[in-house]
Amino acid sequence: MTPKELQILSARFGRDNGHKLAVYEAEGGYTALRMALSGMQPSEVREVVKDAGLRGRGGAGFPTGVKWGFVPEGADMIYFMVNADESEPGTFKDRYLLDYDPHQTIEGTIISCFAVNARTAFIYIRGEFGWLVDRVQKAVDEAYAAGYLGRNILGSGYDLDMIVHKGAGAYICGEETGLINSIEGRKGQPSIKPPFPAVQGFLDKPTIVNNVESVASVPWILNNGAAAYKAIGTEKSCGTKLFSVSGPVKRPGVYEIPLGLSFREFFHEWLGGMADGEELKAVIVGGSSVPVLPAADIMNCNLDYESLGQAGTMLGSGGMIVIPERSDMVELIQVLMHFYYDESCGQCTPCREGTGWLYRIVKRLRGGEGSAKDLDLIEHVCGGMAGLTICPLADAAVMPMRSFLDKFRPEFEALIREPVPAVSSSRWPRGEQE
Amino acid sequence: MSQPVADNAFSLSDASRARIEALVERYPTKASALMPCIWTIQDELGHVPPAGIDFLVGKLEMTPARVHEVLSFYTMFRTEPQAEYVLQVCHNISCHIMGARPLIAHLEKRLGIRLGETTPDGRFALEGAECLGACGHGPCLQLGRHLYEYLTPEKADDLLESLKRGEIPRADTDRELED
Repeated sequence: MTPKELQILSARFGRDNGHKLAVYEAEGGYTALRMALSGMQPSEVREVVKDAGLRGRGGAGFPTGVKWGFVPEGADMIYFMVNADESEPGTFKDRYLLDYDPHQTIEGTIISCFAVNARTAFIYIRGEFGWLVDRVQKAVDEAYAAGYLGRNILGSGYDLDMIVHKGAGAYICGEETGLINSIEGRKGQPSIKPPFPAVQGFLDKPTIVNNVESVASVPWILNNGAAAYKAIGTEKSCGTKLFSVSGPVKRPGVYEIPLGLSFREFFHEWLGGMADGEELKAVIVGGSSVPVLPAADIMNCNLDYESLGQAGTMLGSGGMIVIPERSDMVELIQVLMHFYYDESCGQCTPCREGTGWLYRIVKRLRGGEGSAKDLDLIEHVCGGMAGLTICPLADAAVMPMRSFLDKFRPEFEALIREPVPAVSSSRWPRGEQE
Repeated sequence: MSQPVADNAFSLSDASRARIEALVERYPTKASALMPCIWTIQDELGHVPPAGIDFLVGKLEMTPARVHEVLSFYTMFRTEPQAEYVLQVCHNISCHIMGARPLIAHLEKRLGIRLGETTPDGRFALEGAECLGACGHGPCLQLGRHLYEYLTPEKADDLLESLKRGEIPRADTDRELED
């Protein structure tokens, strides 16, 4: 488990009253905001976050302070959006942050808004989290009543309005320009970059979109200093990161780890290894869109941006999907290809058509109607998708598709040689019978 | 396209109408208030009827096409009346590994319908859903605002029995609504 001194984000996880303002304040909440508003310049806040080496925790890993620096000087109207559209399969960390500790995210958002001089903030929460929307709205109401939001916050002269916005079931709205279009009251289809949102975003005004976990890290960084944050982790992967772990391990759940922790230690000591009767086959380490690694490969990795990059995958969102030996990898990739096919917004031809092709080819293989040419066709279709679309959804489908085929090719080939009736490897892991 | 319907044929409560007025005031532009206004209508009526679309067109000063395209893009928005209980079972990768398929098979058997169908009495609909953000707590299903996690055949049966009596049992996430 996370040592107490490293509980930057998770100190109140699992606690009944951690979501209440009084509890958050009693444990040092909103002191970072007081510090920022009573004497710091916005540029100083930006520098601290930049120096801390905080990287965007939604998946792309872009340095947060650098992103803030792209807002043009002297812009008259700036918007800030917290991306809580958490929809990447395997990812359920932001839900914990907003559920157990909404004020940490709210405080981080206010400080982040001050740093870029935004006057309106949105928290965009995926529609399926209807119960969380109420949770966060209550906390926002508390923050307004306490003077942390609204006009002249804590007597500083700084004003900020915060709107909790509920999505309605579209994975693509997690992409920042899709999210902006969605809040504008449109289909959540991404826009071509440039212009980047930091220059021209919501209503054509400069707009910063940050992941929940990124902004939630900001109060601790301000309270403890950039050096203290940088002291955790590795040179290029600073601080702590939440990993949400699913699959048949002994202790699935959300964990805060110091970046750079070895997977071996995390798996055996923190997760307790596999559940009884299960064996490890493979791991998708950073959400369904990153390449899968077989057990032997992931065991030699450390959980940080560099090590996972060298191993041919990505840290992504930290949505770790643990795949047991009993799994049919062709069936799992069919499940994922259906997802990307379903979620493609449809505006770019390579993605709209390609995701459908990949789904149908895999389905046909599992149905015993595939041929050897289909494996080449998968590669051909992938080649016509990757890097050729407005947003990364096409790449997000190609990365698991290619890696599943590359690392588990014999399972695909077996379906061509000897078609078997498609029997699902999805089963109750706890031994219950129908 | 919807037929024009007189505003007085659209039965939306005063509370929802007031909420829509407040949303239009609060959002930076009228158009940006579209999604929360749709939610307000759907939360009360269960779906957005043709008269609701006309109402939004007038209130937010946008074309019917714009309202239609937003309604059809987002999977959670509904333009047809729904079953009393819409059970949405996550069938994405993590829940799949943890038993989504046998859960769906179990519900199909108990309800006597296939995935994607509604019971003849209109009470239950069974749908597949993409990731519901409960990956470490699977398999799971969602019923409106309630997310039921760590499901087993017994828990699924208990849920169905309660619903048949017209009771929505406490979900794993319902503690979030308490103070």
